[in-house]
Amino acid sequence: MSEHDHHDAPASPYNRSDRSAEHDQALAERVAKIESLFIAKGLVNKAALDKLVDLYENDLGPMNGAKVVARAWVDPKYKQRLLSDATAAIAELGFGGLQGEHMVVVENTSQVHNIVVCTLCSCYPWPVLGLPPTWYKDAAYRSRVVVDPRSVLTEFGTTLAEDVEVRVWDSSAEVRYLVLPERPEGTQDLSEDQLVKLIDRDSMIGVKKVQIS
Amino acid sequence: MNGIHDLGGLTAFGPIPQKEDEAVFHADWERRIFALNMASLAFLGPVDRARHAIERMNPLDYLATSYYEHWIAAILTMAKDLGYLTDEEIETGRVGQARSLPNPAPTAQMIEGLVRGGMPANRNEAQTQPAFALGTRIRARNIEITGHTRLARYVRGKVGVVTAHHGCHVFPDTYAHDQGEHPQPLYTVRFEARELWGDNVSRRDCVYIDLWEFYLEPLPEGSQQE
Repeated sequence: MSEHDHHDAPASPYNRSDRSAEHDQALAERVAKIESLFIAKGLVNKAALDKLVDLYENDLGPMNGAKVVARAWVDPKYKQRLLSDATAAIAELGFGGLQGEHMVVVENTSQVHNIVVCTLCSCYPWPVLGLPPTWYKDAAYRSRVVVDPRSVLTEFGTTLAEDVEVRVWDSSAEVRYLVLPERPEGTQDLSEDQLVKLIDRDSMIGVKKVQIS
Repeated sequence: MNGIHDLGGLTAFGPIPQKEDEAVFHADWERRIFALNMASLAFLGPVDRARHAIERMNPLDYLATSYYEHWIAAILTMAKDLGYLTDEEIETGRVGQARSLPNPAPTAQMIEGLVRGGMPANRNEAQTQPAFALGTRIRARNIEITGHTRLARYVRGKVGVVTAHHGCHVFPDTYAHDQGEHPQPLYTVRFEARELWGDNVSRRDCVYIDLWEFYLEPLPEGSQQE
């Protein structure tokens, strides 16, 4: 399967970022109308809406997951706890909550590479990675990564040897998955804080490896 | 329901777009519809109902619209289904005759508590032991489910191995439809890529997926070895 490329398929119409200004304006008006209706009817509290936006735009994001990964790299006992009870180990660093109630961390090694998806919607570990990137929610990723993970990895610039086992984790329940990427060689002298800066979102979804920048 | 959302295994969507795009929201209305959905979950939830509302979109609209447009569809469907909103209100934007609310909407403080505290899906069902032990080969049932389900089509009828137990979790097939939580054992099951997709895919690759006990069936006696 991986000898085929999928670039001859038509571009995904789904989740286009090139919405016309008119379409965007129409959506903005529609949502504004829904918002004022919902506030007027008491279905939502305005301050609660602002709080939600603030939390998910500023407070929850991949910087949290990066701290978890860096800690696991420098502290073998923490890593052990993380792999055996991820929810509790992540809570030790102060992270948890909605869409992270049941965490599982899967470890990448030289022999095993893990990738996370939600084929049915877009389930994602919000407390440690924030809200998912557009491509994670896109039909192209959700549909293909289970059947042809290596072509997806190639698109992200990640090439694996044939003898590496690729494990795709389909988040079909309320369990949320975080990939513990391999620590790159040549980082043994870096501090935990310096390591945190190397670890990006894509490596914790599993589509890339951590690179030394 | 065998819906358009159940995408696993298709290869028709071309290259993955926007891989470098880091923004959480791409327009202010996306922020607002995200927050509206989350803040109204107390009345419109559970989240299983929200997922099913998206699954019931016209399939052509589902594929042709963006993620947060799905959330516009979901919130309107749920509010109308539950009687909190009428078509006339949506049309005019003015409050009319609809069901009144049982209590005030959650405050910002309550919402922050929810975000930080979460809503665990596991339930303590001390009497319920998983029917399938770790390492057991099972088959994902090949069944038609008319409502919401998390039994992805691509594993139906396929044989896999139980690799984890997660205790008892609320069952989305009933919970999405106000038919109760019915907590039951949740498993992670490993399926070999060749079992799912055929003999010409990598023999080393596999998919792990979480499945409730209702979705699984035992293999005939004596078939625990390949």
